[in-house]
This record gives sequence, structure tokens and C-alpha cells, in this order.
Amino acid sequence: MSASADTPVKAPLAEPARKPPSLPLSERLIAMPVVLPLLTFALLLVLWEAATRVFSIPSFILPAPTRIIEGFSAVTPARWSAHVWATLRVALIGYLVAIAVSLPIAIGLAKSRLMSRALYPLLVVIQSVPVVAVAPIIIVVLGTDDAPRVVITFMIAFFPLVVSMTTGLMATPPELIELSRSLRAPQYREITQIRLPYAVPYIFSGLKISVTLAVIGAVVAEFVAADVGIGFFIQFSTSMFRLPQAWAGLVVLVAMSLILFQAVSLAQRLFFPWSLPKERR
Amino acid sequence: MGLASNAIDFQAVGQVFATESGPLTALDDVNLTIAQHEFVAVLGPSGCGKSTLLRLTAGLMLPTEGRVSVYRQPVTRPRDDVGIVFQQATLLPWANVLDNVTFPAKHKRGRVGALDRERAAEVIAAVGLKGFEARLPSELSGGMQQRVGIARALFLNPDILLMDEPFSALDALTRDAMGYELLKLWQASPKTVMFITHSIPEAVLLADRVIVMSARPGRIVADLPVPLGRPRDESALRAPEVQDFAAHLRELLIAKEPAL
Ligand SMILES: Nc1ncnc2c1ncn2[C@@H]1O[C@H](COP(=O)(O)OP(=O)(O)O)[C@@H](O)[C@H]1O
Ligand SMILES: [Mg+2]
Repeated sequence: MSASADTPVKAPLAEPARKPPSLPLSERLIAMPVVLPLLTFALLLVLWEAATRVFSIPSFILPAPTRIIEGFSAVTPARWSAHVWATLRVALIGYLVAIAVSLPIAIGLAKSRLMSRALYPLLVVIQSVPVVAVAPIIIVVLGTDDAPRVVITFMIAFFPLVVSMTTGLMATPPELIELSRSLRAPQYREITQIRLPYAVPYIFSGLKISVTLAVIGAVVAEFVAADVGIGFFIQFSTSMFRLPQAWAGLVVLVAMSLILFQAVSLAQRLFFPWSLPKERR
Repeated sequence: MGLASNAIDFQAVGQVFATESGPLTALDDVNLTIAQHEFVAVLGPSGCGKSTLLRLTAGLMLPTEGRVSVYRQPVTRPRDDVGIVFQQATLLPWANVLDNVTFPAKHKRGRVGALDRERAAEVIAAVGLKGFEARLPSELSGGMQQRVGIARALFLNPDILLMDEPFSALDALTRDAMGYELLKLWQASPKTVMFITHSIPEAVLLADRVIVMSARPGRIVADLPVPLGRPRDESALRAPEVQDFAAHLRELLIAKEPAL
């Protein structure tokens, strides 16, 4: 191949001097995974700002980005951090409780057909209960401190975790389970040394879904009963007709979800790099 | 001598699985004796019960009929002196070559000692993977992964090696090379090998004896010594009597294939 390409016979006569290879613009943009979405986002903000000015949209319908930024300063930083901390705390505790509860249940579901027959329909029923509708009841039963909010968060974050963990625990190649049995190893090591590590990619996809759900859970709980927290702040601001301020709260929530999601992704990349799809390593 | 040197013994073994569409007879009246340090290939169409034969020998399941014995003891559970190599290497993707090879120690005893690491170095060198100890399975070719699978099976120094179509996922060239290397390993450290395959050339190249099985229900239809001395090479494989033997095996296999 290379030899024939070098032979003078094959050299094309009329071809002009080669320009340095240049990719089309779209290809070059695709090669910039961070820049491209940022550009899109900035463009959207500019359009948004322009639209609100050109069409004089009232700020209670759609506040301009600049008005939303002003909304941030309507509240002191200390108050902001109190709100953020209240929501973050409930989201994280609910998330951790969901992880702690779903793991043993997933192990039971994966290991025992009896348990999966007995428990799975029940889990599906629980999952089908609209948590938003149950939230007021839970608040009445459990009072108004963190406990009911954690329970509501837990209920929302729990199901995807159980499903992904169970799927992961059952995804182990049967040969490895046979290897484990042929070694007559203790049962628990089949879980800790084979099934759980094998489930890591599945567990992390569940963890990523659930962490954003946990934020939603905390906010839903605050909508029902709270005197602090971003969810409470948004509801309160809306009821006072301070929409730019409510939008600022929304921005904080989005940032919180994104950061939590990225933190989970980062944990996977740091501690379980082998569990990532190959091209992303 | 005689019975005393039998490593594996199947007496009138039958295996019936309960399935949703009723009982399925995977093995029927299987009688088979494999002498110590004999290399036996089991040849048969897929679904004829070859893996079941291997699992019964490994003590991973008990026969529904008859008796399976290893060293004249009925097999009631997995034994320490039996190693298994699977069709896919099924390595732990998060563990490097060394940790995969020492995994049996870690899994069985909970820890990997200095002696274990010495033994691992030995078997890793034996399968030609010296220098690759720190690689992850995803960084190895299919052939190298299967070498790790073999090293893992050899790690506990089993007397009996059960291999379930170990090279069938490899490309033809790698497959031949692995066959010759397996023979070298086996000659350096003799073991009783039950080698399952559906490749006739592979069975002829490797085995002292070839067992041919019929499609469901799995029965033994022929049990033939390979007319070839050792050591073996490609020219020996081209000898006319070996070609005739391979052709005979092919006929046996085709005759046993159910009509379409
Ligand atoms: N645990 C099991 N339960 C039900 N059927 C099984 C089981 N294991 C194997 N079989 C069936 O027994 C037959 C033989 O299987 P196997 O020994 O795996 O065949 P081979 O390895 O020759 O392809 C197949 O029809 C398979 O579907
Ligand atoms: Mg098989």
C-alpha cells in the first residue's frame, strides 16, 4: 500500500499544493464539548433579555436575566445560605437514607427469588403513589422539622436506586458466580467481591438520577410545610409577587442539582474509573 | 492401575432439567472414564449437554441419575483439586492481571499472601504474560484475557482442569497458538484435562481421546483414541491417518445432527 503510494507513476499531475487539512466549522464545534453548550446558553440569555425588552414582557410573566440577577440581591447572603443549607441538608440526608435502605433491599431482591416475588410488586405500588399528594399527610404525621422532609425526599429518590442496584447485582456473568461456588467461598464474598463491584456502573447511573430527584423531593417537602429552604423561598416570593426573586431561587436550585450530579460523576471517575464507558476515560 | 488411576468417572449419569415447557433431558445414560493426566476432548453440537457434563464434574450440580466420581469419591460439592476455564475469560474488569490471577485466594480465604503472589508470578509466566501483571483486562486482547483465565484456573494448582470451549471466542490464528501453548503447559505440568469444544481440528490437535456426543438428549456416541503421538505439530496433523480420523469424527457429528 504505502510503497505504491510513493511511486511517481501514481502521483497525480494536476493536484494543487495541499492546504493544511481543515475541518468544517461544525466538526470543530463538536470537538469542544464545553464551549458549545456555553455558547448556546449565552445566546439564549441574550435572546431572552432582548425579547423581554422588545416586547416589554412584564417581569411577573418572564423577568429578564438582568432582573433575575437583581433578584439575588433582594435577600442577604446569610439568608441565602440558610435557604441553601436547609434544602441541601434535607436532600443529602434523604439521599443517603435512600442509599442505605435500597442496598440491602436490592441484595435481597437479587439473591432471593422468594424475596423478589414478595417485595417487588409492593415496591411498584409504593413507587406509583404520587409523593406530592402524600406529602401533606406525611407532614401531619411526622411534624414539621426535618424528619417528614427527609421521608418525602427518601420516597422520591429511593426507587431508581433499588432498580439500578438490583439490575446491577444481577448483571454479573454467571460464570463468575460458578467460579465463586467452585471455590466454596463464603456467600457474603460473592456479594462483596463479585456482585457489588460488577454493579458499580449500574449503581452510579441510579445514584446520578436519584441525586437530582433528592433535590426535587426536598423542594416538594418545602412547598408543603417549611419556613426556610429554596423551595419555601420560591413559594414565598411567588406569593408576594416577587417573581425575579423566585427565578433567582430557581437558578440556585438548578445550580445545586447540577453540582450534586457532577459530584456523583466525579466520585465515579475518581474511585471507579474502570466502570466508565471506554471512550470517556 | 485400573480403577485406582481413574480421575473422573461417570456411571449411568442422567441429567433432567425442569423447565417451563416440561422436563428436559440434557444427559442420558452417560458412562465415561478419564484416567489421571489424560487429555480428553468432548465434541458435540451445541446444546448437547457438554457444559452440563463439566458442571457435574466440577460439583456445581448433582446428577439426577447415576453417579459422578472424582478420584473414586462421589462428587457432592466442588473440590479444591478442580480448576475451571470458561468460554469467556470472565475476568474481573476492575482488577489487574495479578489480582485476577490471585482472586481465588482472595475469594476463598479472604486474603492474598506472599506465597500466593509467588505462585501467581509462576503461573503468569507460564501462560506468557510476564510484564503484564498491572494491566487491566480491558487493556488486553481476547487471547491474552483467556491466558489470564487459564492462569487463574492453574493458580490453585488443580489436578483436574475443566475447560469449556476456552478458545471458541478467539480468532483462528490465536486459537491455534493457544492450543499449542496449552499442550506445552500440560506437558510441563501434567493434569487431567476435560476439554470441551465443537472444533474437530482442535480436539484432534490436543486430545489423547475424543468423546463424541449426540444432540439432545446428550449421549456418548463414540469414544475414540487420537491416532497421533506426542509432541504434536502441524505436519503430524497433516498425516493421512489423522485426516481420516478427523473425517470420521465429522461424519459422526453430522450423522448425529438432527434432520432439518
Ligand atoms: N440450569 C438449567 N436449567 C434448564 N435447562 C438447562 C440448564 N442448563 C442447561 N440446560 C439445557 O440443557 C441442555 C444442555 O445444555 P449445555 O450442557 O449447556 O449444552 P452445551 O454446553 O453442549 O451447549 C440445553 O438444552 C440447555 O438449554
Ligand atoms: Mg456449553
